[in-house]
Amino acid sequence: MADTAASAAGSATGVARGRRPAVLPLLGRQFRYQNLLFWRNPFSAFFTIAFPLMFLLLFCSLQGGSRLTERGDIRFAQFFTPSILVFAAISATYVNLATSVAIARDDGILKRLRGTPMPGWLYVAGRVLHATFAAVLASVIMVAAGILLFHVKLFPHLLPAAVVTLLFGTLSFCALGLALAAVCPNGEAAPAMANFTWLPVAFISSIFYPLDNAPQWLQTLGGIFPVKHFAEAMQATFSPFTTGSGFRWHDLGVILLWAAGGTIVAVRKFQWEPRAANGGRRRRRRGA
Amino acid sequence: MPQEDGEDMGGIAVEVSDLRKSYGAVEAVKGISFELAEGECLAMVGPNGAGKTTTVEILEGFRPRSGGDVRVLGLDPETAGRDFRERIGIVLQSSGLDRNLTVRELVYFYSGYYPHPRNVDETVELVGLAEKRDTRVKALSGGQQRRLDLALGIVGDPDLIFLDEPTTGFDPSARRHSWELVDSLRDLGKSILLTTHYMDEAQNLADRVVVIAGGSIVAEGSPESLGGRDLAEAVISFRLPPGLSLADLPGALPSQPQLRDGHVLLRTATPTVALNLLTGWAVGRGEELEALTVMRPSLEDVYLQLTGEGDAAAPAALAAKEVTPNG
Repeated sequence: MADTAASAAGSATGVARGRRPAVLPLLGRQFRYQNLLFWRNPFSAFFTIAFPLMFLLLFCSLQGGSRLTERGDIRFAQFFTPSILVFAAISATYVNLATSVAIARDDGILKRLRGTPMPGWLYVAGRVLHATFAAVLASVIMVAAGILLFHVKLFPHLLPAAVVTLLFGTLSFCALGLALAAVCPNGEAAPAMANFTWLPVAFISSIFYPLDNAPQWLQTLGGIFPVKHFAEAMQATFSPFTTGSGFRWHDLGVILLWAAGGTIVAVRKFQWEPRAANGGRRRRRRGA
Repeated sequence: MPQEDGEDMGGIAVEVSDLRKSYGAVEAVKGISFELAEGECLAMVGPNGAGKTTTVEILEGFRPRSGGDVRVLGLDPETAGRDFRERIGIVLQSSGLDRNLTVRELVYFYSGYYPHPRNVDETVELVGLAEKRDTRVKALSGGQQRRLDLALGIVGDPDLIFLDEPTTGFDPSARRHSWELVDSLRDLGKSILLTTHYMDEAQNLADRVVVIAGGSIVAEGSPESLGGRDLAEAVISFRLPPGLSLADLPGALPSQPQLRDGHVLLRTATPTVALNLLTGWAVGRGEELEALTVMRPSLEDVYLQLTGEGDAAAPAALAAKEVTPNG
């Protein structure tokens, strides 16, 4: 209370000159800011967590005790749990970031932030940090549901590889999400563009079923995109037949290349001002 | 830019000389110059598309300029960084808010960006949103959102505040409240650059007014003297007492009176002399001069004339307007 009074008096007289906020507390605040927004927007929380969870329950129940001969006769749930984890992680990062950043830009929220002393990179870091958190949270929920409901087995010696793969994939799809937000012409188009670029790719990326016996051209096509590499690297960390520590470095390498490309596009094309306002004065404030 | 009079820059918050801005072939700002002294409130008025917002956004650091020199708090906003933004507060003409956060949450998060922010609750109260502090943005009215804009602009306790049409869409009492707030900010020694469409706003808040039209400054001065308003001819009018004609008025009046709709109009540069003559004459005859007024062109009339938006014969129209109340 005394503190509050002192600071109020200080601000009134302009005598008390405080210190510039430190990076870590500021990053923590930005994380909380994004976290509030995430949970208060029913769609972002739903698509990141509830939607993949539904897929997990539905597919594993439908497939019952079926086994995948192309993956060494493992149970379907042992394949599908890491797959849906990848699905959730990409929703939490790529789809969420592309959509919410493009909308925040076109609503003028980014422009307002640009007028404050907060460095731009710190805003982006806060968003990436929160998207990563959401991806990890969704992943933990998927794995927990797999273990509890469908008797999925974890292999402790593969866990470090699982965690590293998740982080590679998460950061890469954060970069790609920011890149899509940067090139997306307006906020309204962002959800459609995000889903249209990622869902078709998901079907040729060994997420819903292994592509091991698919035609070669389809495998090659899927192999261009990072989703298949993320999915197969993650599936390997859940397979009893994986030898060694489970790091699929060639998959991680492709993911890293896409991350680099995404970062370059995001850095070069990112804008703080609404796209619609550039041509003229189309944007007017509500109620004016 | 070194000043020719060699005075220190301490007293000047904003210095603009020959500022130019082109968008392609279109020159939106055509070489304007003005200064804003520390602790002063300067209003920039002008029609839509005059170049007000472009100018303000260059000063805020949002846009590069095409030519000329600009110093804001002694810095070039185009290259200035965090130090600069720690000392300015911006209320943009249109910018967004996270619709799912509450008033208090937003003010709290924004306060965290500044080295010496105002108290969060105090700021919310200052803009008159204390009762709405826990309301989400999407449930606020347009005017309440605008007040939140204002809160976010001042929560960093800035030295210089940019207000781009801060009260557009306000009802009269909310506007009055915002004026009091701006006044109190000025009392704290803040420098304020205001753009507005409302002449009464400029008149109430500003120490000085700059009128921009077509990318150029067409007039500059205090609200009282703008466009020679203080020197312009006054119009004295009153109802002609029954049974009298213009010939019955005192003969020594400084100009020729006119009769319109039963009212006498007298345009004069010396209203004191004219009034003395007229009232002496009326008192001598035991007449009451009904509907007696002395009018000068209002700031709005001067503005309309300067920006070419009004009738070219504005003063005459004004006189006619004031004199035909019909009741």
